[in-house]
Amino acid sequence: MTEFRMPSLGADMEAGTLVEWLVKPGDWVKRGDIVAVVETQKGAIEIETYQPGQIEKFLVDLHSRVPVGTPLALIRTEGEAKAPVAVASPLVVSPVAPMPASPVAPPSVAAAPTPPPVVSGVAARMPASPAARRLAEERGIDLSAITGSGPGGAITSTDVERYLASAPPPAEKKRALWLDPAAMRAAIGAAMARSKREIPHYYLEHQIDVTPCERWLAEKNAALPPDSRLLIGALALKAVALALHRFPSFNGFYRDNKFESSKAVHVGLAIAIRGGGLAAPALHDTDQLSLDDLMTGMRDLVQRTRAGRIRSSEMSDPTITVSSLGERGVDALYGIIYPPQVAIVGFGNVVTRPWVVDGAIGPRSVVTMTLAGDHRVTDGHAGALFLAEIGKLLQEPEKL
Amino acid sequence: MSETNLRNIVQEELSKIVQEELNNIAPEVDLATVDPAADLREALDIDSMDFLNLVTALYHRTGIEIPEVDYPKLATLSGIAAYLATKLKSANTV
Repeated sequence: MTEFRMPSLGADMEAGTLVEWLVKPGDWVKRGDIVAVVETQKGAIEIETYQPGQIEKFLVDLHSRVPVGTPLALIRTEGEAKAPVAVASPLVVSPVAPMPASPVAPPSVAAAPTPPPVVSGVAARMPASPAARRLAEERGIDLSAITGSGPGGAITSTDVERYLASAPPPAEKKRALWLDPAAMRAAIGAAMARSKREIPHYYLEHQIDVTPCERWLAEKNAALPPDSRLLIGALALKAVALALHRFPSFNGFYRDNKFESSKAVHVGLAIAIRGGGLAAPALHDTDQLSLDDLMTGMRDLVQRTRAGRIRSSEMSDPTITVSSLGERGVDALYGIIYPPQVAIVGFGNVVTRPWVVDGAIGPRSVVTMTLAGDHRVTDGHAGALFLAEIGKLLQEPEKL
Repeated sequence: MSETNLRNIVQEELSKIVQEELNNIAPEVDLATVDPAADLREALDIDSMDFLNLVTALYHRTGIEIPEVDYPKLATLSGIAAYLATKLKSANTV
């Protein structure tokens, strides 16, 4: 049995509020499935499970605020014998012997009686009939909310059914966008204050000619329906991700007084949230994605972030951040590193500037790239080479 | 029904679609208060991703495939209305 716990979604998170279960007891989940929705200062986050198995039971009531690490549910791993207390399905207790021909004998339920799990939580203490308990679990109801009519106030299945009939209909499936601007501002403030306190930033800027990108995009997009068109931001993201292969000291986490570079490149994409606010969730394995897949992933990530549907791994995994504030018209931005990351790359507005190409001045599309680096890990020299590498990669967009 | 009436109905329908899609992107903005000649990127604070989503949605709802070279024509509310109307008209007269 594994405990599904309230995850930490960033160094500054202490607690979260469970607002929705997306599974029910008895459901099978695989690694990466979204199990629950938790409200944090950064908005509602969809929590994934890393443990495949069957949801055994819920341990925390909806709308309870619990500290990071609190077990929220029990997940029975595959092959693990079903706990007797929850023996519910006649399939499991059926006396049919395991198939003798089976090369690997499945664990027999009868032969391996697991002791009843140490059950925590309110539900376990309520006197209730097994049928009532089962029904309540199936429907995800907290038994403590029901008044029992059985012996000694025990809750019967009839009580549960009566409760179900009287309970208000389930809330509309579409989740309300949960966002408390003041809480988000406090979270951003805390993370940035910590960054400025702990990280000795250095800043570099570098102008590059992105005319080749614009020409290549114009040609490619001309033949494509809107769904398949690429934005220059996708090229920028891919160029940063690829440049990190040569400069891994900008990709990873600084924790416990040392830097650990990450093999995986999960670029965090800074996304402005309407009404004020900012999130920088990861686009997983950015370096491995084709430009088309990267663009699809970007669209999905932006859409979900603005709709309050970021996943927990996207919050905790970014190994570097890219911000394209140039969208809002500024020529350059000087980013603040999001701890425990060690670098943030900024892209300014694409502007037409006089530029020398092959000894002649002509109008070109120019972007100012910036880097904020962590002096505990790298020096400006490495940062300059890193920025130059990104610029070089953007000269040949067809190879990205 | 006269041709003018029909054209008015189509115009109204198009304008409704544009309003709905812009409302999806910027739900907090009351479009009635937006100057039809104002730059939408500024008036609605929309970025290139929002704009691409608008173009995609208009394509799905009207069948009008807006090429990138035409994007500058869609910078304002009145520009979008005029552009879509012209496109529909040319499609009908073919």
